[in-house]
Amino acid sequence: MFSLASIVTMFACILLFGIFFSIVNNVNYMTKHIEQDVPIVVFFGNADTETAADDDEKEPLDQAKIDEIGSLIRKRPEVKKMEYISADDAWNEFVEQNFKDHPQAAEGFKEDNPLANSASYRVYVNKIEKQGELIAYIESLDYVREVEHSEAAVRTLSSLNRLVAYVSIGLITLLLLVSIFLISNTISTGISIRKEEIGIMKLIGATDLFVRMPFLLEGIILGIIGAALPLLTLYFAYTKAVDFVLAKFSILSDILQFMPVNTVFHSLLPIGIALGIGIGFIGSFLTTRKHLRI
Amino acid sequence: MIDMVDVCKSYGKAQPAVNRLNLHIEKGEFVFIVGSSGSGKSTLLKLLMKELDATSGSIMVNGQKLEEMKRRKVAKYRRTLGVVFQDFRLLKDRNVYENVAFAQRVIGRPTRVIRKRVPEMLTVVGLAEKYKSRPKELSGGEQQRVALARALVNQPDILLADEPTGNLDPQTALEIMQLLEEINARGTTVLVVTHNKEIVNAMKKRVVAMRRGVIISDEQEGEYHD
Repeated sequence: MFSLASIVTMFACILLFGIFFSIVNNVNYMTKHIEQDVPIVVFFGNADTETAADDDEKEPLDQAKIDEIGSLIRKRPEVKKMEYISADDAWNEFVEQNFKDHPQAAEGFKEDNPLANSASYRVYVNKIEKQGELIAYIESLDYVREVEHSEAAVRTLSSLNRLVAYVSIGLITLLLLVSIFLISNTISTGISIRKEEIGIMKLIGATDLFVRMPFLLEGIILGIIGAALPLLTLYFAYTKAVDFVLAKFSILSDILQFMPVNTVFHSLLPIGIALGIGIGFIGSFLTTRKHLRI
Repeated sequence: MIDMVDVCKSYGKAQPAVNRLNLHIEKGEFVFIVGSSGSGKSTLLKLLMKELDATSGSIMVNGQKLEEMKRRKVAKYRRTLGVVFQDFRLLKDRNVYENVAFAQRVIGRPTRVIRKRVPEMLTVVGLAEKYKSRPKELSGGEQQRVALARALVNQPDILLADEPTGNLDPQTALEIMQLLEEINARGTTVLVVTHNKEIVNAMKKRVVAMRRGVIISDEQEGEYHD
């Protein structure tokens, strides 16, 4: 009965650890993706104006001024690379994303580009922590209408990561202690049953290690089983969970980049098994130390 | 071989179980330790087995000082002893062969050595044909013979017997004592704790008598009187 309770508690402990591990690694992965792949997008104001309020009545900014803005940005040390997206390119991208199945619906706008004022620079930073500085600079430039960036998303993800980490550590620690306690009880029961045999073994010259070894192995086996089951469960649940999240939050597909399951388990599997073995070993070691002093 | 000098064993403030005991036993001796219940004879054996630690005094066995012995050395020391008990202490779920082999496995003897040594010992104690029997299928005397075989299979220097005939009828008790005598004749030092007067008086061995933790007499070819 104690063995079953030990395994169930360890199942919960390792499962929670696996979930926490997956979340933290994925958030770090997303952050890195944002850093590398999600650019700052710089939109330009109209000619002879510096505020958006006048945009509807003014002509788009001329190319010379756009190029000047570009060269100023390019000189900044935070900039890794830049791409220029013309208004026509912007429109073509829009059509590709939104009228893919009905291209004829976009034909009506062919002569009058609704995104005429949406030429932009896509700026990629070297380090996400430098993004704020670069954004402030770009916003200070003349003729820059708007700067879209992902800093808020990164801050949110980092905060979420920290919250998940704190809550998970607390729960995992609690379950870990309970697991050790239950394994300890399982081993104690085994020792009680075999007390006579152990006494004889000690009196005829068995070393402590010889006496302890079967119980240590029992603890380790409980630990391996207790770890293997949740890891197996998590392996199959991971992909389903990712598909569910992507379906529910498709609007965030730019940010929500999940690690492939095998990449997560490349680290999670050995760590999870080691954790299970560690819990099993500690529980049985402490108990044998306590009960086998003859 | 065994030297106990001013050995005391106390449990709290009560009368010491062993009180300033001095005892010297030579290699190859056969010694009875006698006395009524509570005299300290079993405590003496437990001190020699390092099952208990002396409160004070010195115990030297085969040149080893037990009071200075580290815990990790105790197992190796106990392998130099053979021990038999009144209640036999056989493993009930194993047969005769396995019970004796157990003592060899515990110290890591290879299987080929065990396969040779165990039958030899069973022959010495007269139980070669019963190697497959379980303890519950044996008489008290036979069980004690198995216990003796287990105690001797590792060729100990000293055999300690704590009331080995306590659960046996007189005839069987005598047979066991004769076996112990044969073992002693082969060079093993034998120490027998008993309160069986008839056996002691019949065998004419050294008799150390104890009362309330103290040795009150120590006679070669002694006798045991209440």
